[in-house]
Amino acid sequence: MATAVAEPLTPRPRTRVPLPPKLRAPGWYRAAPFSVIGLGVAIGIDVGIRAAQHYHPVVSGNAIVPLALILVPLFFIVGIGCCDYWAYWAIGRRTRPEDHSTHGAYSWRDYFRVNTDHKVIGIQYTVTSFFFLLVGGLLAMLIRVQLAKPGMQFLTPEEYNGVFSVHATLLIFLFVIPVFAGLANFVLPLMIGAPDMAFPRLNALSYWLLPMGGIMMLMSFLAPGGSFASGWTAYAPLSTTMPLGQLFFTVGVQFAGFSSIFTALNFLVTIITMRAPGMSFFRMPLLVWANFSTSLLVVIATPFIASSQFFVILDRALGFHFFDAFVGAGKNGNVLMYQHVFWFYSHPAVYIMMLPGFGIISEIIATKSRKPIFGYRMMAFSLLAIVMLGFTVWAHHMFVSGMQPWIRIPMMITTAIIAIPTGIKIFSWLATLWRGVLHLDTPMLFALGFLTMFTLGGISGVMLAMIPFDIHVSQTYFIVAHIHYVLFGGSLFTIFAGVYYWFPKMTGRMLDDRLGKLHFWLTFIFFNLTFGPMHIIGIQGMPRRVAEYAAKFEAWNLFISISAFILGASTLVFLYNIVSSWRGGPRAPGNPWRALTLEWQVSSPPPVFNFDAVPTVVGGPYEYGVPGAVHGIFKPPTEAKPVAAGVGAGSDPPRQERHE
Amino acid sequence: MLVIGLIGLAILLPISLLAIPWFSDKASTQAGNIHTLYDVLLIVSVPMFVLVETVVIYSMWKFRMRPGDELKDGPPIHGNTRLEVMWTALPAVLILGLCGYAYGVLRSNEANKKSALTVTVTARQFAFEFTYPPVGGKTVVSPVLYLPRGRPVVFKLRSLDVIHSFFVPEFSEKLDAVPGITTTVRVTPTRAGSYPVECTELCGAGHGLMRANVQVVTPAAFQAWLAAQKGTAPPVGTPPANVINSGAYSNGNSGSGNGLPAGGGSKSGTSSSSGSGYSSRSGG
Repeated sequence: MATAVAEPLTPRPRTRVPLPPKLRAPGWYRAAPFSVIGLGVAIGIDVGIRAAQHYHPVVSGNAIVPLALILVPLFFIVGIGCCDYWAYWAIGRRTRPEDHSTHGAYSWRDYFRVNTDHKVIGIQYTVTSFFFLLVGGLLAMLIRVQLAKPGMQFLTPEEYNGVFSVHATLLIFLFVIPVFAGLANFVLPLMIGAPDMAFPRLNALSYWLLPMGGIMMLMSFLAPGGSFASGWTAYAPLSTTMPLGQLFFTVGVQFAGFSSIFTALNFLVTIITMRAPGMSFFRMPLLVWANFSTSLLVVIATPFIASSQFFVILDRALGFHFFDAFVGAGKNGNVLMYQHVFWFYSHPAVYIMMLPGFGIISEIIATKSRKPIFGYRMMAFSLLAIVMLGFTVWAHHMFVSGMQPWIRIPMMITTAIIAIPTGIKIFSWLATLWRGVLHLDTPMLFALGFLTMFTLGGISGVMLAMIPFDIHVSQTYFIVAHIHYVLFGGSLFTIFAGVYYWFPKMTGRMLDDRLGKLHFWLTFIFFNLTFGPMHIIGIQGMPRRVAEYAAKFEAWNLFISISAFILGASTLVFLYNIVSSWRGGPRAPGNPWRALTLEWQVSSPPPVFNFDAVPTVVGGPYEYGVPGAVHGIFKPPTEAKPVAAGVGAGSDPPRQERHE
Repeated sequence: MLVIGLIGLAILLPISLLAIPWFSDKASTQAGNIHTLYDVLLIVSVPMFVLVETVVIYSMWKFRMRPGDELKDGPPIHGNTRLEVMWTALPAVLILGLCGYAYGVLRSNEANKKSALTVTVTARQFAFEFTYPPVGGKTVVSPVLYLPRGRPVVFKLRSLDVIHSFFVPEFSEKLDAVPGITTTVRVTPTRAGSYPVECTELCGAGHGLMRANVQVVTPAAFQAWLAAQKGTAPPVGTPPANVINSGAYSNGNSGSGNGLPAGGGSKSGTSSSSGSGYSSRSGG
């Protein structure tokens, strides 16, 4: 063909229709279409591979769902903006200058987007977790309706198994673990004198992973075959053979787990590197020690539950043989291996669910008794002891599992030994109360209620360590009683205590103390009436996780159900208090409890970047009773003079004197 | 405060030891030992709880803030080394003592006894089946567990599908039936009567209804019952009796055996148990 005369080479103008700004900026307008794209990618990959490999049917819901469960939340997270900065940086584009536009809460909208302020993230975590507390609690009410009478078929057995499985899973992974992360997220940087966490963007990502997991678990009720129904423990081979709903647990737990791991990493780096000048490890408040210990547990243990669930996914989705029980034809699986891997995380998990609560109680009891924590160093060391010992006791959940019998003996001993650091803490709190000036307001009442309930839970725990007794009560209602005494009477009481204590700091409003006391007494009384009798019916032989039971347990079950309904109703008092106080309660001063720790030395709520001047820590965090003692001052280190401790002022820096 | 504590103890300890009907009736030697263990645990635990609770309640009364003391602090007591050593050492001694005692109970409960009757328990979704040793070429398989009073029994537990558990509250013994392995639990029934057998490991929709019945009768009645049963084929997947009893299917005979049937299990034909839910996967 004839060539034309050479023309000057001008680049063809590119005409591109720019996306509207709302779809380009991080936020919900972008996250929604991104999620749809994620679904498309999942379907595309799945159908593409199946067509290429000639698997029939090419379009299979069972095959698409696992991939969709992983990809859609990830695309949502990218869409809402958790990864923008890292993405630009990674591909070499100019990152947006840090104008702190994603930092701090100036309106309610800031709570519904990616925000890098630890205070905003803390409140996001706490409110999201309490939403899942309410859902999990409603599921508990359904359980108690089903069990109010034998022979009642309010739920089918499959539905019932689903209800208690989702109940436990939501409350463990979507309430207790994240709410402690949330409270610590808000309080901890303030307590160590830092302007924020070490990795604020990672912090935001940790938060957004959480509702992904939670929504997934709730959506399992819509799956064909019903929700996951193999308990929160999801033992193989039941979990590898149950319908599609099981995968919502398997994948949902991974999201919650990653949220937890990222937060723990953040806490560890923050605590190790960002403490204010003068805050040595032994001048840290015990809440910081507690979160330090918990974060160690989380980063080491959580990958193990991820792996147990990966084994399940691989067995289900790709025909792997991890848990194939019957030997022959190349299937050499090991059913019990699931339990070992699962419990290697899930036992430390119970300490993850308790240690931050211990930290909260230490703060409240010291401040409300107006006394230093008794035996501060042993309190810190016992936290570390619990972390180490917590990894050595997992098989006490498997005494009747059919594992090698000899393992039971060392596990009994380590389980018994872990009672000792726990006992040290309880005795130290009692000694802190002794001869103090006790302010018996709502946070303190919950703390004292915790001491009682956790002692009972600990006692049933020591009983369970004794193998022959455990053989009798394993998988009965005695276990249900034990776990609720330590998780509800233990963890939840500390959570309530922490919320009542730090609500003024977080919101700038005071909660109504009379309503708080009403909430406490209703909860305390009906909690004991609900879970106390379970010890008895458990020993008498009522199994757990049953939709039906023998007639001889009828009377106690009805009593328990009625008490449980009132316990559930008591939550409404709490909710009303929170909502009405947040909207219009009395304004809170900076330091309503006259506490010494650093978070109380700033306004309520704190300024966006926490401290106008970096504080210098000059003494311990609980120096009540020493006239003129302070924990931190707002002067630079060079100007900070040591404060004389009480009698005998001199130039010596304050020592932890032991007054016998 | 001491007085309050002692009064509390005097009320709670007898109530917990005597008035509360913790256990169903005990019907085995194992149960007797475990009931005693529990009494010991109560005797240790109740005073501990009373101690903690007394301090809490007494402190709430004696040390509560009085009007006018809003700005007052307590004395700056940081610790007391002797007290802290005591409350570390004494519980440690107590706890380790309890471990030793519990270990003794365990050894006693799980000891090999002579002239034991071996019963194979086959668990499936959602029923139990009990297989007796063959007598004169006849193998009895029964949905009801008949046992002679006074004779030690060795239960070999097997599962055909998912994990189940075999529990009789009156015997105070329990063990999981795990697919792919045989587990062993020992009971010596001591009291005639009819007791429930419960599955205590979540196994699916029918878990709440997975129950059976154990009848403990006199040895003579047991022999009569056994003789009157028609022999039937063992459940699908049961290894032949000689394999079950020879120990090839489990590792050792002390305590609960956990044998991974590496080579020995396959010859018993368990691979023929189709329909176990693992073999076919529709590519998803």
